[in-house]
Amino acid sequence: MGGAVGLVLAAVQIRDRSGEAATCISQNKICPGWILDNFGRYVDPLLEHVVLTVVAVTVGFAIAFGLGLLAYRRRWLIGPITGATGILYTLPSLAVFFLLLPITGRGFLTAVIALTAYTLQIIFRNVVAGLDNVPEEAKDSGRGMGLTDSQLLWQVELPLALPEIVAGVRIAATTTVGLATLAVYAGAGGLGSEIVAGSNITFRTGVVTAGGLAVLLALVFDVVLLLVQRALSPWKRVQTA
Amino acid sequence: MSAIALLGPFGDAIDFIIHPRDAVTGGVQVGGIGEVLAFTWAHVLLSGAAILVSCAIAVPIGLWLGHRGKGELLAVSISNIGRAVPSLALIAFFVAFIGVGFLNVTIALVLLGIPPILTNAYVGVRQVDREVVDAAEGMGLSTWQVIRTVELPLALPVIFGGIRTSAVNVVATATIAPLAGVLTLGDYILSANVYGDAGRIAGALLVALLAVIVELSFARFQRAVTPKALRKAQASGSG
Amino acid sequence: MIRSRSTKAAVAAFAVSLSVLAAGCGGTGATSTEASAPPSGQVIQSNADNAKVTLTIGSKNFTEEFILGEIYAQALEAAGYDVKTDLNLGSEQIALKSLEDGEISGYPEYTSTALTSFFDVDAADIPSDPNQAVDQASKDFADKGLVAFPPTDFTSANAVGMLKSKADELGVTKVSDLEGKSQDLTLYGSPECRQRVDCLLGLEDGYGLKFAKFVPVDIGLRYEVLDKGQADLSILFTTDAQLSQSDDYVTLEDDKAVFPPGNITFVASQDAVDEAGPDFEKTVELVQGGLTEEVMQELNARVDIDREKPADVAAEYLKEAGYTQ
Repeated sequence: MGGAVGLVLAAVQIRDRSGEAATCISQNKICPGWILDNFGRYVDPLLEHVVLTVVAVTVGFAIAFGLGLLAYRRRWLIGPITGATGILYTLPSLAVFFLLLPITGRGFLTAVIALTAYTLQIIFRNVVAGLDNVPEEAKDSGRGMGLTDSQLLWQVELPLALPEIVAGVRIAATTTVGLATLAVYAGAGGLGSEIVAGSNITFRTGVVTAGGLAVLLALVFDVVLLLVQRALSPWKRVQTA
Repeated sequence: MSAIALLGPFGDAIDFIIHPRDAVTGGVQVGGIGEVLAFTWAHVLLSGAAILVSCAIAVPIGLWLGHRGKGELLAVSISNIGRAVPSLALIAFFVAFIGVGFLNVTIALVLLGIPPILTNAYVGVRQVDREVVDAAEGMGLSTWQVIRTVELPLALPVIFGGIRTSAVNVVATATIAPLAGVLTLGDYILSANVYGDAGRIAGALLVALLAVIVELSFARFQRAVTPKALRKAQASGSG
Repeated sequence: MIRSRSTKAAVAAFAVSLSVLAAGCGGTGATSTEASAPPSGQVIQSNADNAKVTLTIGSKNFTEEFILGEIYAQALEAAGYDVKTDLNLGSEQIALKSLEDGEISGYPEYTSTALTSFFDVDAADIPSDPNQAVDQASKDFADKGLVAFPPTDFTSANAVGMLKSKADELGVTKVSDLEGKSQDLTLYGSPECRQRVDCLLGLEDGYGLKFAKFVPVDIGLRYEVLDKGQADLSILFTTDAQLSQSDDYVTLEDDKAVFPPGNITFVASQDAVDEAGPDFEKTVELVQGGLTEEVMQELNARVDIDREKPADVAAEYLKEAGYTQ
């Protein structure tokens, strides 16, 4: 293969790294310049991360909201549902990924199921608490106006409970962003792949960028939902965590 | 998948916990009760050390801020930010900057554990009836005496709620401690190439079990330090 | 993460076909006169028939494997296949299982790893001729319904590494020099090292060494633990960028041949090979032709030292070596 090998070697540039001035990257410091130049490589993982979070929180909300409405009328359900969602909340996500592995395999579905399960308790709790905290006077005047139970729920109780419900979704969203970094272990990508895959864990600038993006994403969700929460309750002071 | 087929991998996992077996490529023995207990102990030790230090730092600060009524923004924001920081990024950060080892991981876990405890210590003290505090101060008690004998006991249930949340988070995060060279139950999950599928599922089961035990134990502590009257009020309100 | 590359593949294939047409027949660069070796530097031709076939290319969980996985994936894309990647599967046992379960179509494996880890062959019995090694592995792979493609030229092996300063201090140049000293030293290796005969087991049985402690850490940390002074010894790879680019590290000579060198052979499922047609093996064999040890070290350096993405480095390789345009 003699001549052909020589041709190929000449074609693949062997870079000369000896004696070059120590660059920020080769010293493994935090390099803002590098981050700006290479931001593109974080776009795909970031998008995967956003999709994972949005899907998990949306599905979690749909389920927890339904359960909340169910339990609001049949009080005896609150205990069991709180217990069941509580167990799902306590189970570490990494463990859930691998418990699901024999059933749903590697990939997006496994990650989403685990992340969704984690959101249920907090949203359910806030749906029930929000409805419970609706002032009696509001309900009385509603009944006084002749509203049926169902109309009362949808036109009076839920709107008044909405701020607290959104507060629950807010907490669920920020925690889901954090957990979704583990989705890389389920084969679902996300920002975690830029934190641990290959030699990334030794790459300081990379770890800071990917981790920082995750924190920023959580804060963005937090602020957006906070604005939604405030918009839905101009009359109420925002509850602290 | 049929139910019996499902039992397969989980049944094998239970067997892994009880009986040692060859590693996936042979050569060494893995699994068995002895090894499981050793990893569980390492997991508990790591988590326990972190939680103790978190409490030692977060409780006094939270009590102090709550007593003074200052730093509400800080106390609440710390919880929000703490919730937003992914545990994986935190561990990776410490590995990238400091290296592997028990001390580094413990520090990372302490940082993870502080926010819920700090916030809850703050909130717990803030919700103590001002009249009781004023009465105590009127009796001539010093600041720390007031905090220690009046505010702390009344705030204890809320504080314990924070410790409970932290404990579960720390136990869950200790699962990825093997990334930093500290072998906990997470090694079964992260090194499935050695322990096999049965080991990985066994690890997942054990970690889940440990988390549930920690949660239930702290829930019990929390109930134990809640005065009966408060317990009744809580049962009918939010949990 | 399983990623589909069909759009990128379509564009690339289109561009390649256009430029091949424009350049006329035969592609750029000299063609090899030796029939045994595939012509290197030959542009990959896109074959429209391949578009119906979906291939999922996997890889193990360290830099060299990421790069190789990306090289093969992008090359197959250029050949017209619909390619997905599922890189970072884990170590060899997990990758093999993914392949057997049909989750991936193929992945790059080392002949030495396959023989010692999958097929229980002693390190001493591994043939030094790479083609013989592949033949031996092929028979066992065939029993699993798998096919091993012809091997690369370059080899990589595990090696016991340490800081040069430490090696000078202890006065060791060969692994057997560690006798009598190893019980005071800590060894760091990958998690699977503790069960492999070409790793910890080989050191314990083959060299009779006992270490103060063996700590399993992620492969990506193998130099970090030396730098931070936490490891006295660390298991390194002979094609690592850090070894060729820096004078700080040395590897001890494997005088008892416990760490057999392995060439890369792309292992695929028989089903995937049947479905994909002859271009599958042809493209793989073509594109690995340019991978010499020096080139592989250079590519590793681009990821581990220059911190480029493995996918980008693979694309650069294919372009610079003349396989894509």
